[in-house]
Amino acid sequence: MTALVVRNASVFYPVPGKQPVHALKNINLEIHDKDFVVALGASGCGKSTLLNLIAGFMAPSEGEISLNERVVSGPGADRSVVFQKHALMPWLNVLDNVAFGLKIQGCEKSKREKIARDFIKLLGLEQFEKHATYELSGGMQQRVGIARALTSDPAILLMDEPLGALDALTRERAQELILRVWRDTGKMVFFITHSVEEALFMGTKLVVMSPRPGRISHVFDLPFSRQYFETGNARAIKACAEFIALREKILQIIFTDEAGTHDE
Amino acid sequence: MSDTRATTGTGLWTGLMKAKPAKPGEIYGVPGQGESLKISAVVIAGLIFVWWYFTYAGLVKPLFLPSPMGVIEAFLGILKDGFTGASFWEHTWVSTLRVFGAFLLACVIGIPLGIAMGMSRVARGVFDPPIEFYRPIPPLAYLPLMIIWFGIDELSKVLLIFLSVLAPMALGARAGVKSAAIEQIHAAYSFGASRWQVIRLVVLPSAMPEIFTAMRVGIGFGWTTLVAAEMVAATSGLGYMVLSASRFLQTPIVIMGIVVIAAIAYAFDHLVRFVERRVVPWKGRA
Repeated sequence: MTALVVRNASVFYPVPGKQPVHALKNINLEIHDKDFVVALGASGCGKSTLLNLIAGFMAPSEGEISLNERVVSGPGADRSVVFQKHALMPWLNVLDNVAFGLKIQGCEKSKREKIARDFIKLLGLEQFEKHATYELSGGMQQRVGIARALTSDPAILLMDEPLGALDALTRERAQELILRVWRDTGKMVFFITHSVEEALFMGTKLVVMSPRPGRISHVFDLPFSRQYFETGNARAIKACAEFIALREKILQIIFTDEAGTHDE
Repeated sequence: MSDTRATTGTGLWTGLMKAKPAKPGEIYGVPGQGESLKISAVVIAGLIFVWWYFTYAGLVKPLFLPSPMGVIEAFLGILKDGFTGASFWEHTWVSTLRVFGAFLLACVIGIPLGIAMGMSRVARGVFDPPIEFYRPIPPLAYLPLMIIWFGIDELSKVLLIFLSVLAPMALGARAGVKSAAIEQIHAAYSFGASRWQVIRLVVLPSAMPEIFTAMRVGIGFGWTTLVAAEMVAATSGLGYMVLSASRFLQTPIVIMGIVVIAAIAYAFDHLVRFVERRVVPWKGRA
């Protein structure tokens, strides 16, 4: 049973002459095999800080993060990151971008291109293998980023608002694509978003965070992505009464959180 | 109603100040778009014409400004008989070797140095003071030192040019390090990259556009320093040719030398731009 465990993690920055600023306070989170955990919250609630902790780009001030009982002490190929943007290498074509991580790991050219092609196919990019990344649309660039993240066969995929820069239509299609990739690869996913609808639709577990100090305020278990795999009709799920009721409830929580901390 | 001024009225001034509607395929309001080659050609022809007219009409003495024909004659003369015992091609070849030798050396040392300064606090702390100290000093000022330390042969000449190219190369490469987005660097690290792999596979390629710009600036400094480098104990070279001709008031040769230096520098700049388009086609697009 694979699992990612965040135990009592806090991050604070010292401020000269003042109380330290808490970016995150006492975060406890478990992500298990086949979980799709979505973090949702207003700006400044520490979602990205939490992702950076799990990725190993940042060390917690207190507490610890472990993956399969090994403590995380830095970035590693068992935790792949999909960034919002700017993360592809424009001097490499699509194939070489997808194979980039394998190249770093010393995988020989023919082998890494074979693996890269499998993931290019999974993400539906076969016709664009030789294209420059800057010739692709934003949605296709994100698919390249996801394919690249999958090549190192990580235990968990960390997605930092991967769809935030996409237009609404592309975004809905990309959500379904990511869900199918998740189902087919069986990876754990930690996914950050600003969109309540996206969070509800995609996650198996929803973590609502609130700011100052950044903390987890609510946790929900979600049934909607499973329903999507049964029906294949994303819009119908997003339009059903249960979905809308929960959406409004969570929006209410977020707005209340925000109002409570509006002291600037 | 000052804000409508630019869109109404017909005077020359309003015409110049008005944003022009875009042609198909152009984007409205992009500063300076469109082809400027024809304008440049007309300006060059115009300048030559004015030059020719002033000398033809006798408005300036040939000693101060020889006619275009006079310069061409001087060129053909040197092409045929050489200058102070060396052929035109020898002068050109010697100077080109000095400048490009110094330029290559500056690339080989300056680019890694700049990358190191961008990547490492220690390297920046060590190399920033000396580079910033000597950078603004005119090469002519430290030419005597170079001669005292390194003699009057090729070494001091090439080193003088090298120093003038090194600073812009190092600073360009250092600035280029900042071009890599933190997401690109994080992506590499999360695949388990070493620091060296991050430099080689992410930072250096990202810095290439800035490095090309630095090359264009740097080679310009190299040619600028050439005349100073060939001031002492040179027996050939374009800078030497210009300097000795000026001592004997051979103005046509001075102008010819200047034009030859400009032509080589211009041709090389276009070569670098050509290579740049091949190597970093993504510049400004990603």
